[in-house]
Amino acid sequence: MTAALSKHFKTVVGKPWIWAFAGAFAVWAATVLYTGGTGAGQILSAALSFATFSVIVGMGQMYVITLGPGNVDLSIPATMTFAGAVSMKIMETQDIMILPGLVIALLCGLTVGVFNYGLIRTLRIPPIIATLSSSFLVQSCAIAYGRGLKIKPPELLAEFTTAKIAGVPLLAICVIALAAVMSVVLHRTVFGRSVLAIGQNSRAAELAGVKVNFIRLATYAQSGVLAALCGYLLAGFSGGASLNMGAEYLLASIAVVVIGGTSVAGGFANLPGLWGAALFMFLLVTMLNTFGLSAGIRLLLTGVIIVGVITLAGGRRN
Amino acid sequence: MEPFVTLDGVGKNYGAVQALQHVDLQILAGQALGIVGHNGAGKSTLISILAGAQSPSDGKLTFQESGTSLPGYKVDQAQAHGIRCVFQELSLCPNLTVAENARILHPAIKGIGWKARARTLISEKLDEVFPGHGINPDDEVGDLSIAKRQMVEIARAFTRVESPIHLIILDEPTSSLDAIIAQQLLKHLRGFVDQGGACILISHLLEEILQSSDRVVVMRDGGIVDDRAARDFDRAKLVEAMGSVAKEHGNSGKTAKQRSTDSQPLVSIRPAQQGDTRRLQAYSGEIVGLAGLSGHGQTDALVDIYLEKRRDGQSPQKAVPMALVAGDRQVDGVFPLWSIGMNIVIGSMRQLTRSGLIDPEAEARLCKDWREKIAIRTPDMNNNILSLSGGNQQKALFARALASDAEIILMDDPMRGVDIGTKQEVYEMIREEAGLGRTFLWYTTEMDELEHCDHVYVFRNGAIVADLSGDEVTEQRVLQASFEESTDAQERSA
Amino acid sequence: MKSFVPSSRLLRSLLPAFSLTVILIAIFYLQPRAMSYFGLNLLLNLALPIAFATLAQMCVITVNDLDLGIGAFVGFVACVGATWLNESPLLGVAVLLLCILAYAAMGALIHLRNLPSIVVTLGMSFFWLGLALLVLPTPGGKAPEWVREAMTFKAPGLPTTIYASALVALVVHFALMRSSYGAVVRGVGGNPRSVERAGWSILKAKMSMYALAGFFGVLSGISLIGLTTSADANIALRYTLLSIAGVILGGGEFVGGRISPVGAVLGAMTLTLAASFLSFLRISPDWQIGAQGAILIIVLALRVLINRTGKK
Repeated sequence: MTAALSKHFKTVVGKPWIWAFAGAFAVWAATVLYTGGTGAGQILSAALSFATFSVIVGMGQMYVITLGPGNVDLSIPATMTFAGAVSMKIMETQDIMILPGLVIALLCGLTVGVFNYGLIRTLRIPPIIATLSSSFLVQSCAIAYGRGLKIKPPELLAEFTTAKIAGVPLLAICVIALAAVMSVVLHRTVFGRSVLAIGQNSRAAELAGVKVNFIRLATYAQSGVLAALCGYLLAGFSGGASLNMGAEYLLASIAVVVIGGTSVAGGFANLPGLWGAALFMFLLVTMLNTFGLSAGIRLLLTGVIIVGVITLAGGRRN
Repeated sequence: MEPFVTLDGVGKNYGAVQALQHVDLQILAGQALGIVGHNGAGKSTLISILAGAQSPSDGKLTFQESGTSLPGYKVDQAQAHGIRCVFQELSLCPNLTVAENARILHPAIKGIGWKARARTLISEKLDEVFPGHGINPDDEVGDLSIAKRQMVEIARAFTRVESPIHLIILDEPTSSLDAIIAQQLLKHLRGFVDQGGACILISHLLEEILQSSDRVVVMRDGGIVDDRAARDFDRAKLVEAMGSVAKEHGNSGKTAKQRSTDSQPLVSIRPAQQGDTRRLQAYSGEIVGLAGLSGHGQTDALVDIYLEKRRDGQSPQKAVPMALVAGDRQVDGVFPLWSIGMNIVIGSMRQLTRSGLIDPEAEARLCKDWREKIAIRTPDMNNNILSLSGGNQQKALFARALASDAEIILMDDPMRGVDIGTKQEVYEMIREEAGLGRTFLWYTTEMDELEHCDHVYVFRNGAIVADLSGDEVTEQRVLQASFEESTDAQERSA
Repeated sequence: MKSFVPSSRLLRSLLPAFSLTVILIAIFYLQPRAMSYFGLNLLLNLALPIAFATLAQMCVITVNDLDLGIGAFVGFVACVGATWLNESPLLGVAVLLLCILAYAAMGALIHLRNLPSIVVTLGMSFFWLGLALLVLPTPGGKAPEWVREAMTFKAPGLPTTIYASALVALVVHFALMRSSYGAVVRGVGGNPRSVERAGWSILKAKMSMYALAGFFGVLSGISLIGLTTSADANIALRYTLLSIAGVILGGGEFVGGRISPVGAVLGAMTLTLAASFLSFLRISPDWQIGAQGAILIIVLALRVLINRTGKK
C-alpha cells in the first residue's frame, strides 16, 4: 500500500511540469492571502486569458527548442505583429472575412517559417542568426503594411476572443484542447517522435531513417504558423494589431518552455508544463503588482527566476 | 640500452571486455619500437595508457628516472616525463595559425616577442623534420591541407622549450602523408632515436615498420604474442604472427552462394576514394562482409549507401527500404532519453501508424515480440535504454533494424564490446534472416565474423583492395590485403 | 610557389572594409555635403557606443556563446552613469566594477553548468532592465561633466569618433589577436579539447572573455550617455541585435573562435552609417529595420558564395 503510494508519488513528482503548476498555485495563493480573498476568481480568469497567448507561441517554440541545442525561433514577435496587421487589414472589421483573414494570417506565418529554414539551410547559419535576420525583414513588412493605423477586429472575432463561459475564457478552453492535440502529435505521430529523436541525437535519427531536413523544416514552419495564429487572436483580443504587440512574447515563448520543464538540451518536451509556466509567469506579475512593487522589481525577479530555473534544471547532457 | 619506462603486468578492461591483458614491456631509450596488430589487438589501449589518457586496471608503470608512478598517472605527468603523442585525430585549433598552435602546447612561450619565438620554434622544427615543407608559420591551420596539418602536428610534438623529450609515440603518423614526406619523418625519427630518444611507431604499413624500427612487438587479443628485433622479421612473418594460429580453416566449412552474373545486384557503389572501377556489390539474400583495418572507409561506404549519397548512373538500388545497425552506439544509435521500446519502434513508426497515429497496442506487441525473439534481458521494455548492458543495447538496435520493413540491413561493426553469448545469438539470427531473403552488408573488425559472410570486400585507405568470396575468405588473405602490399610500399619508398 | 589568386580568407577579411567603403561612397554620392568634418561627425556620432557593444558581443562569440542581454546591460550602465556616477563617483565606479564581475560570474555559471548562453543571457537581460528601472524609474539623470566633455571633444582633422574607433580597434586587436593569452582564448573557441589537453583552464578563459565583454558593455553605456547627456532604462535595448549584426558584418563567425576586432569596429560603423544611408535614399523609416535585416542576409550570402568559390 505505502509502496504503491510512494511509487505513485514518485511518478507525480518526477513530472517536471508539476513544479510550474505548484509555483503558479503558490503565487496565486500568496496573492489571494494578501488581498484577503477578494478577486481570487478574477485573477485566475485573467491569468487564463493572458496565459493562452504565451502558450500558443510557446508550443511552436517548444517544438523548435526540442530539435536540440542551437535551435530557437527569434522571429516569433515579428511574425505575430505581421500576421496580426495583415489579417486585421484584410478583414476590415467585416465578420464575413473572419475565416479568410485567419487563413491569410496562417499563410503569413507559414511563409516566414519556411523562409527561416531556407536561410538556415542555404546560408548554413545558426538558427538564431537566421531567425533574427528574417525577423528584421518581417517586422519591417508589418510596419509598412500596418502603417500605424489600428484597425479594429471584426465584431465577432473580438467577441470570440474575449468570451467567457462561467468565468473561464472560451479561448483558453480552445487552446487547452489545441495543447492536448499537440501533445498527442508529439508523442504519437511520426512527426513528433522524429522531433524528439533529432533533439536527442540528430545523427542517430538520420541513421534510423528520420528525414531530418524535412522534419526541421516542418518544425520551423509550425512555429511560424502558431506565432501567426497567436498574432491573429491577440489582435482580436486587444482591439487591433499594434506594432509592438509581439515584443514581450520573445522572452515569454522561451521562458514558458524552459520553466515548463522542457529540456533546453533538446529531445524532451512536455505540453502541460507550458500552461503551468504561462500561468506562473502571469500570476507572478499579478502578485508583485498586488504587493505594490515596481516594474523594476518585477523584471528583476523574472530574470532571476529564469536564470535560476535553467541553472537548477541543468543544461546540455555531456 | 637503458629502459626508459617498464610496464609490469599492465591490463585494462572495459566492463567484461578485456582490452589489454598482462602486458610486460620495456621501452628502451635509443630504440625505435614498432607495434603491429590487427583491430582490437590492444595497440590503442596500450599507447593511451602510456600517454596518461587512460589509467590501467592493473599492473604498474615504472620510470627509470623517478621510480613507480602509479596511481594518479595522468596526461600532465606523462608530459612531465617527456612523453609526447601524435594521434590520428588532429588536435590542433583550426582557427589559429601554426605558430599560435605551437604556443598552445608551451605555456612558457609568452611575454613580449612570444610570437616571434613561437614562429622560430615551429619553423625550425618543420625545417628540420620536413625540409621544403612550404608551410608558413603564419598560415591558419584550417586553411592547410590534411597532410600539412599532420606535418604541423608532428613537428609540434618534437618542439621543445623547457623539459626534454624522452619518448615520442606516433600512431599512424604517415596515414595522410605522401611517400617523400613520410620518408623525411622516418629519417628524423631515426636521428631522434640515435641521440638516445625512445620512440613507439604504430603503422599499418608493414614495410615502414620493418624499415624504421629496431624492434617489433606483435599484439593480438590484448596481449603481446611476439617481440623480436626487426631484422628477425619479414613481411610474411609479421602477417603470420598477427593472425590467430588456431583458426586457419577460413570459410571452408561453408559453401558460398554462387553469384549469378545475369541478375541485378541490389547494391552497387564505388567508394569515394576508389581509384579504379571496382564496386561494392550485394545481391539479394547475401551476407556481404566489409573488412580491413578500422577507419579505412568502411563506415563511410555504409553511410553513403544508407543515405543514398553516392548514387551514380550504374547504381541499381532504388527505393529499397534499408536499415542501419550502428556500431558506435552512443554516437550513432541510441536515443538516451527513450525507453527500450521506443528505441526499437523508431525504425517501424510508419508501419505502426493507423489513421495518422502510432497505434500503442501494435507498438506494445512489436516490443513484446522482439523482446522474446532476440532475448533482450530486461524486466520491462518501458525501462530506459541505458538501463541495459552494452550487449543488450546492441540487441535493441538489431531489433530496430530487423523489426523494420528493411530489405537491406547495413551493419557498422555492431559487435564491438559485446559479450560472446550475445554474439552467437545474433549470428544465428542474421543467418536466419538472410535465409528469408534479407540482404546484409556487414562491416566487421573481427576476423571470426567474416566466416559468416558469402562475400568479403577488404578496404584500405577508403578503397576496396580485395574482393574475396567463399573459400578465399581466410584470415591470411584479409590480413595480406589490409596491410599495404609490397609493391605499393616500394613505390612509397622510391 | 605561391599562387597570387587571392584566397577566400583574404577576400573575406576584406569584406567589412569593402562594405564600409561602399556605404560611405554611396552616402557621399547622395549627399555630398556629408563629406565634411561636420557631416562625418554627425553621421558617425553614435558609432562609438555601438562599436563597444559590438566588441562586447565579439568577446562572448569568441568562446562560442551569444549574449542576448548586452543591450539591457548597456542600458543599465547608462542609468548608473547618469545617476550614481555623477552624484557619488566612488559608488558609481564600484557598481560598474561589480557589473564586470557579474559578467565573469555569468560566464563561469554558463561553463560550469553547461547551460545554453542564449537562455541565460536572455534571462539576464530582464535582470539588467529591472535594475535599470530601479536606479532610474523615469528617463532623465545627468551624465558626468567629464564624460560629456570627452565625448564632445573636437579633434583636429577628423571627427574624434574615427580616432577613438581606430584606437580601440587596434588595442583590442593586440589584446586578442597578438597577445599570447589571446591565442589561447581563441583556441578555446576553435578546439576546446586540445587547449584543455595542453593544460589550460577553459573556465578561466571563458570568465576572462565574459569579464572583457562586461568591460566593453560598461564603456558602451558610459560613452552613450556622454552623447545623450541623459539616460533611460530602454535606451540601448536595440544594441543586442546591432551588436550581433556588427560582429557578423565584421567577418566574425558564430562558432569556432574566428573573430576580427578590427572588422567588428568597421561593422559597427557600417551599421551606424546604414541608418543614415537609408534615410538619404528616402527609404521610408518603415523599412529601415528590414533593410538592416536584408543587409545581414546579403553579407551572409556573400560569405557563403566566397567560401564556395574558395573551395573550387
